[in-house]
Amino acid sequence: MTAHSAFPQHGQDPAPDPVPPGDEEPVVVFRNVSIAFDGPPVLDDVSFSVAPGETRVLLGPAGVGKSVLLKLVNGLLRPDQGSIELFGEEIAGMPEEQLFPLRARTGMVFQEGALFDSLTVRDNVAYQLVQERVPDDEIDSRVRDALRFVELEETFDLYPASLSGGMRRRVAIARALIHQPELLLYDSPTGGLDPLTSTTIIELIVKERDVYHSPSLLVTHRIQDALILCNHRFDSELGRMVPLPKGQTDPGTTFLMLEEGRLIFDGSLHELVKSTNPFVREFLA
Amino acid sequence: MRYPVEESGVPLRLLRTANAMAIRMIENTAKNLVLTVQDYSLFAARAFSNLYRPPIYWPEFLIQADIIGFGSLSIVILSGLSTGGVLALQSAATLSAFGATAVTGQFVSLTMIRELGPVLTGVMVSGRNASSMASELGSMVVTEQIDAMRALGVDPMRKLVTPRIAASITMLFFLTIVADACGIAGGGLVTVFMNHQNGTQYLDMAWEHLRYPDIIQGLVKPLFFGYILSSIGCFYGMRTSGGTQGVGRSTIQAVVWASVLIIFVDFMLTQLLLTLFPPL
Repeated sequence: MTAHSAFPQHGQDPAPDPVPPGDEEPVVVFRNVSIAFDGPPVLDDVSFSVAPGETRVLLGPAGVGKSVLLKLVNGLLRPDQGSIELFGEEIAGMPEEQLFPLRARTGMVFQEGALFDSLTVRDNVAYQLVQERVPDDEIDSRVRDALRFVELEETFDLYPASLSGGMRRRVAIARALIHQPELLLYDSPTGGLDPLTSTTIIELIVKERDVYHSPSLLVTHRIQDALILCNHRFDSELGRMVPLPKGQTDPGTTFLMLEEGRLIFDGSLHELVKSTNPFVREFLA
Repeated sequence: MRYPVEESGVPLRLLRTANAMAIRMIENTAKNLVLTVQDYSLFAARAFSNLYRPPIYWPEFLIQADIIGFGSLSIVILSGLSTGGVLALQSAATLSAFGATAVTGQFVSLTMIRELGPVLTGVMVSGRNASSMASELGSMVVTEQIDAMRALGVDPMRKLVTPRIAASITMLFFLTIVADACGIAGGGLVTVFMNHQNGTQYLDMAWEHLRYPDIIQGLVKPLFFGYILSSIGCFYGMRTSGGTQGVGRSTIQAVVWASVLIIFVDFMLTQLLLTLFPPL
């Protein structure tokens, strides 16, 4: 591994445990956020926060505003009402120019990967570094590290068109991670993938969570993905994800649930499965 | 007196509903038009101001200059030659009635340089490049590549739009000169080989009656047309919605509005320039 590498490989010690959620200022705070597009509100009076080191899983069926919520977090969309704080700064009314440096501190994985068709995998992953005029040698080294992290080093010179759907998502994860973001946003990273590939993607997310402890917000409609995230940890000795002992869950992984634009649940897995809300019960069934 | 609607048997309530729907549709269309003009004005102003503020993406500018300039060269040469030829054919037929075929060169060169060179090049290049800008950026929008770029901390206006506008303005200026030259050459070929007139006389007339105001008029217009075709192409591309069908819609709108605006702005500019530089 080079001096620039931020991607520990198998057998290396992960970073120390994060400060437990709640002891530091939240990374993201939503207060009474609402947004509508030519019709009824897509999000209505949504409030929640993401603490440092916390992984928040946003659950809900398709079309309830999950992706819209994620795009509000880094200012890709503006709310009609309410306030949004990102890294302690109010972004709801912030000019686009001032948002770019804040966005550069986040990493986002889009639903279909959103890789740039005309660029190779190397140039896609290195996109932010190229803009910052990082020397080519350092870029190559950091891109290889990032691709090794997602186990796709061999795709370095390929174009996105020659990759499968799962490989594109993994490259998108590498692109989001290369800059060591202070917040990760995953928009349905397993949507449309087969179960095996989905598990590979979730394993990468667990790996990122347990190795870097970056706070993250993950949107999904697949309860099984959420359960794997909560019930597994990444074993850096074995280099793979392993189940937590029976009855244990990851304390930093918590859940949010949306129903028709309203946040109807905010809590732990234990509270989720004990919820008496009929919509939550139906979703878990 | 009874209302005719009642006589015709159409329930009054239904007619009122239809009227209300029609009025609402007109109102929505008018609102959308005003909003589109407002959005375009803001977009065009922001793109224009970016031309003078760093960072300027020079590699993207050069790539676009190659695509727009060199890529459009063949259609500009062909259309220039043909138009010049047609002008010589048509004018010779009319001028011969007055025994003035000798001024064919003057007619072709002035028409090409002042009017047809810039407009024709603008319309041809907008057909090729405004459509390609709208479809390329539109595809990037629907596949979330634009959002990905913004999420990576890069301004798509600066990275994608401004280089296209700068390249279009620069290259349309040179393409217009090429079109003018080809038009005069085409007219000359027709004059010599089809109308069997003197080539030297054609070139003398084409050159001698040219004034600086004619050249200025011909070279100011492409600067505006380049800005129009690229800003319209990028504007419709960046506001694409509705998947692949939306990309097709944006492409059509970009070409139609770019061509219409070029012709409209040509009229306004001609009026302005004729006021500034009155003909002798």
